[in-house]
Amino acid sequence: MSERPLTRNIDMSREPYDLLQYRQAQGYEAVLRMLREHSPADVLEMVKNSGLKGRGGAGFPTGLKWSFVPTGEHAPKTKYLVVNADEMEPGTFKDRLLMEGDPHLLIEGMIIAAYTIQASTAFIFLRGEYLRAEKLLRQAIAEAGAAGLLGPNIQGSGFGLDIIVHTSAGRYICGEETALLNALEGKRANPRAKPPFPQVSGLWGKPTIVNNVETICNLPGILRYGIDWYKSLGKGSDAGTKLCGVSGRVKNPGCWELPLGTPIRELLEERAGGMSEGYTLRAFLPGGGSTDFLLPEHLDLTLDYDVIGKAGSRLATGTMIVLDDRTCPVGMVGNLMRFFSHESCGWCTPCRDGLPWVDAIFQRLERGEGRQEDLSILEEHLNYLGPGRTFCALAPGAMAPLGSALRHFREDFEAHIGSGACPWQR
Amino acid sequence: MNSQIIASTASKVVARALTEQERHEIDHELSLYPDKRAVGLEALKIVQKHQGWVSDESLHAVADYLGMSAHELDGVATFFNLIFRQPVGRRVMLFCDSVSCYIMGCENIKAHISKRLGIDYGETTADGEFTLIPVPCLGDCDKAPVMLLDGEQQRRLTPEKIDALLDKAGVPSSLGNE
Repeated sequence: MSERPLTRNIDMSREPYDLLQYRQAQGYEAVLRMLREHSPADVLEMVKNSGLKGRGGAGFPTGLKWSFVPTGEHAPKTKYLVVNADEMEPGTFKDRLLMEGDPHLLIEGMIIAAYTIQASTAFIFLRGEYLRAEKLLRQAIAEAGAAGLLGPNIQGSGFGLDIIVHTSAGRYICGEETALLNALEGKRANPRAKPPFPQVSGLWGKPTIVNNVETICNLPGILRYGIDWYKSLGKGSDAGTKLCGVSGRVKNPGCWELPLGTPIRELLEERAGGMSEGYTLRAFLPGGGSTDFLLPEHLDLTLDYDVIGKAGSRLATGTMIVLDDRTCPVGMVGNLMRFFSHESCGWCTPCRDGLPWVDAIFQRLERGEGRQEDLSILEEHLNYLGPGRTFCALAPGAMAPLGSALRHFREDFEAHIGSGACPWQR
Repeated sequence: MNSQIIASTASKVVARALTEQERHEIDHELSLYPDKRAVGLEALKIVQKHQGWVSDESLHAVADYLGMSAHELDGVATFFNLIFRQPVGRRVMLFCDSVSCYIMGCENIKAHISKRLGIDYGETTADGEFTLIPVPCLGDCDKAPVMLLDGEQQRRLTPEKIDALLDKAGVPSSLGNE
C-alpha cells in the first residue's frame, strides 16, 4: 500500500512508466478486478463512501456528482465521460505533473469512472500548450488499446471504452464544465445555463460527467486498497491525499502529494523550504488565483476543504501562491485582475464590463494616477461581480483575491494614491 | 458603414483549396466526433500547423469543408488565444505573464526580450522570425518565469538564458540603435 497513491510511480527525472512498467507496479489490476467482480452500482457506492471530493477547485463530492447520471433501461444509451485537463488557474501546476509523470494512472482512472456511469466514449479536454502531456497521453492510450485495456470489449468483459484526446487552444473559461462542453462541441466556450446539469444533459445533450485529472487519478487507489485505507490517508476531516504546490519567492518551489489535513506550515516550510533569503512572507493564496488571501497567522491551519473554508478562503486547486514583502500587493492583484479581465468570455454584462473596469483602475493605480474614489469603485465591484450576480464563477473567483487584498493591504492601496507612483516600482 | 465594408470585403474572399495532408488530418478528426462542427477548432489548428496562421482564405476553406458558415467558424477562431488570424513569425514566443511569473520578475525578462528583438507583445520582428505573445499561466509555476518556444517549455528564465537562446538563433546582440 502506498501513502502516495497519486505520485508513487512519478519521478520527473526519467520518462514515465510505459505500459509494461506500469503493470509491473500493479497498474490496471484494480480495473481488471473491477470488471470481473464489481457492478457499476458497487463502484458508485465505493466512490461515494470513500469521501473523494473533486480536485479541480470546487471540492464537490465525486460519488454524489456521478449519482445524478440516469441509469436503468430508460436512461439514454449514450453517455460521456470528460476529463477536465484544461489546467489554467493562475499558479496551478498539478495536473501537468500527473499527466507527464504517470499517464497510465489517468487512463486507469478513466476506465473506472466510465464503467461506473456506463460511458463508452471519454474525452480528455487538454490544454493546447501541454504538448508533452499530449504526446505521452496519446502514446499511453495507444499502448493500452493495443493491450486490450481500451476498445470495444475490454478483456472480454463486455464493457468498452474509447478515449479521445481533444486539445484546446487557450481560454481559461474552458475549465468551467459547461463552457468546456460547448468548446468540445465546436462552439464558442460560453458557459451554459444550469439546469439542466451536465449529468443529465451534457455533451450533445447526453448525460455527461466532467471530472478533473487529479480526481480521476484517485480512483485506482480507492478500488485497489479500499475505502478504509483511502479515508485513513487523510489526517483531518477529509479523505485521501492532495497534490499541493508552492510558487513564489520560496527556497524550493514545487508540487508534492500530501495527506489532506497536513498543516500549511509543513507545506511551506518543510517542503518548499521556507522563504527565499531576504524575503519575508506577507500573505498567500492557498489554492490558485481565485482564492482569498490568507496571512502568516493562518499557517497552522490544515489543508482541509472545511478548515480553509472557515478561514474565509478555499483550498481549491491546492496550489499556493506566496506573496513576499518585496512584491507590490497591488501589482500582484492587478496582474490577476488583468488575467481575469482578459479571460472573461464576454457572455454576461457584469463580468464583461466589470472586470475591464477593475483592470483599468489597477493600471491607473500602478501609474500613480489613482484617485481616492477608485477604492470605493473597487469595493462596489465586489458586490456587482460577486456570487449570484454573474452567469458563472469566473468573476466571483476574481473578486476573492480583490476583496481580501482590499481588507489586508489597505495601506498599500492608499500608498499608490497621491504618491504619483507605485512605491515598489522596480 | 463599417459593417458594409466588412461585408463587402468578406464576400470577396475565395476559399483556397485545402491540401491533401490537411484534408487527411481533418478527416481523421471527423471520424472521432458525432458532429462535423465539433472538429472546427481542431481543423483550424491543423491548418495553422501547416500554414503558420489562419488566413481568411483558409478559414473559408475549413468552413466549406465542415459545412459551417465562415462567420460561425470565425467566432470560434477568434475566441481562442492560440488561433492566429494574422500572420506570425516562424517562431512564436508564448510568454507567461501570469501571477507566479509576475512575482518571479517576468516583467524584466519581457523587457529584455523586447529590447533584444525590438518588438512588443503582438509584434513580429522585421525578418519574420519571432513573434512575442503573452499567454495565461503556463502551469509551470515552480519554475517561473517560463515561456513556450517551438513547443519546448523554457524554464527559470533569466536575461542570460534569453541571450543564450537568441544568440543561438543568430539574433544580433544589439540592434544598433541603442
